[in-house]
Amino acid sequence: MSNTVLRARDLKRDYHVKEGLFGKTRTIHALKGVSFDLEEGKTLAVVGESGCGKSTLARILTLIDPATAGSLLIDEKIVDISAGHLTSELRRKVQIVFQNPYGSLNPRQKIGAVLEEPLVINTNTSPIERTALAHSMLKKVGLGPEHYNRYPHMFSGGQRQRIAIARALMLKPRLLVLDEPVSALDLSVQAQILNLLADLQEELNLTYVFISHDLSVVKYIADQVMVMYFGEVVEYGSRDDVFDNPQHDYTKTLFTATPRADVDSIKKRLAKKNAA
Amino acid sequence: MGILEIKNLSVEFDTVAGPFRALDGVNYSIDPGEVLAIVGESGSGKSVAMLAVMGLLPNTATVTADKMMFEDIDLASLNTSQRRQVIGKDISMIFQEPIASLNPCFTVGFQLTEALKAHTSLSGSQRQKRAEELLESVGIPNPKGSLTVFPHQMSGGQCQRVMIAMAISCAPKLLIADEPTTALDVTIQKQILDLLLTIQQDSGMALIMITHDMGVVAETADRVVVQYKGRQVEEADVLSLFESPKNAYTKALLSALPENATGDRLPTVQDFAKELTDAGISLEGVSK
Repeated sequence: MSNTVLRARDLKRDYHVKEGLFGKTRTIHALKGVSFDLEEGKTLAVVGESGCGKSTLARILTLIDPATAGSLLIDEKIVDISAGHLTSELRRKVQIVFQNPYGSLNPRQKIGAVLEEPLVINTNTSPIERTALAHSMLKKVGLGPEHYNRYPHMFSGGQRQRIAIARALMLKPRLLVLDEPVSALDLSVQAQILNLLADLQEELNLTYVFISHDLSVVKYIADQVMVMYFGEVVEYGSRDDVFDNPQHDYTKTLFTATPRADVDSIKKRLAKKNAA
Repeated sequence: MGILEIKNLSVEFDTVAGPFRALDGVNYSIDPGEVLAIVGESGSGKSVAMLAVMGLLPNTATVTADKMMFEDIDLASLNTSQRRQVIGKDISMIFQEPIASLNPCFTVGFQLTEALKAHTSLSGSQRQKRAEELLESVGIPNPKGSLTVFPHQMSGGQCQRVMIAMAISCAPKLLIADEPTTALDVTIQKQILDLLLTIQQDSGMALIMITHDMGVVAETADRVVVQYKGRQVEEADVLSLFESPKNAYTKALLSALPENATGDRLPTVQDFAKELTDAGISLEGVSK
């Protein structure tokens, strides 16, 4: 049985920017109507360049900003945070992991406190329970109990991203929004984090919205792909459809621009260079 | 005989915890007109090596080398003012963050003519004209108008174009590009890489690309040096590196590429632990 966790219908978001102190206000349409459905346990990848509205979408999905128009349904229930109906139950359903693991952890907070804070705010668990939950979560993301009392600066970038993922999972969310989670990481660490995400998705039946500009990562992790360009969805479909048969010109441009690291394309390039 | 010959280069930093060896006996040699890629993860010493060549390391660094020759100039023996005549003219460098590398307080035109003022005998109006030509050659629309523009009025890709224009303003024989496209979108990355390669081919200068992106290596390099934790683990021409990597670390790195994924999970460096230890590469301190 398929279970739609996230359903977006014609989401729009406008920002009003004032030009100068006495200037006129200008409206920027950051999101011009985005619709998609996402089933439980699946991954939707959102691809696009800077300024295409990826992060605006992430803010709407994680209930940080309200949408200007359109509707958002989580577990088939309409969510409207502009009316102020955001319950802690709803907050628990959606969590986010940010791009920069150096910036998203408080340097003065021990890892234990980082992990327990969401529980303190959103639940009534006792301190002992919270500690136990934090320890089991550390284990789940490949860290150990010895890390519980350490500060963020004592960790490498990959480990910090594990901590950020652990924090996001503390509330047992249904949906995890991952905003460029591996683009600040080295290649070998990136592989580890992608594997971790795949393991966690299998184990906890998580649904991912994976925001990225790296098409090779997207091709590896996504079930569905949505390509955005200047606030509009120019392509949306299953991974194989989008990668094998891109329809929109922008998607094609994106594919040709992505550097390819296979032997055939190197041979082709060298042949072209020698001919020139 | 290469344009740049470096033998047994080591760099040590004095830290509170004692000396830290960031670079341990690496060799580079690059011929005129060649594109060399230095690839490695953070901490592999790829940037430190080139900063040592440029003489841009802080005082806490100790640079030792058996040989550090640029053409017939011994880079190690230069004093500051002698170095200044080479750096920026015959060897120039592009950095990762184009917006951070430009001075926000001065116009693009001013910053572009600075190097010309220092290294050429052109007059003011000639410099202005040359700056205009440079901006045109790197594909900035309306080059004349762009001279009076400040960096914040340009996009990241345009700033990187300006940086390239600055770097090639004195027709360098060697251009070092340190992660030139990491901060840029893929479509812009493509444009910048194409631009760098076109300039490189037209002028016949040597180009060193420092990068962590195997895709960028595959798209640009003739020859590749792979570094890991300050050591050189492999050197090969680009095709043989991708076709038949010799070193265990290179193999691990290539198989960690998502596009080479075959199974459900990506192989990680840890999966190659045994081969790496056999090859004498310690995994100690590698993040898990």
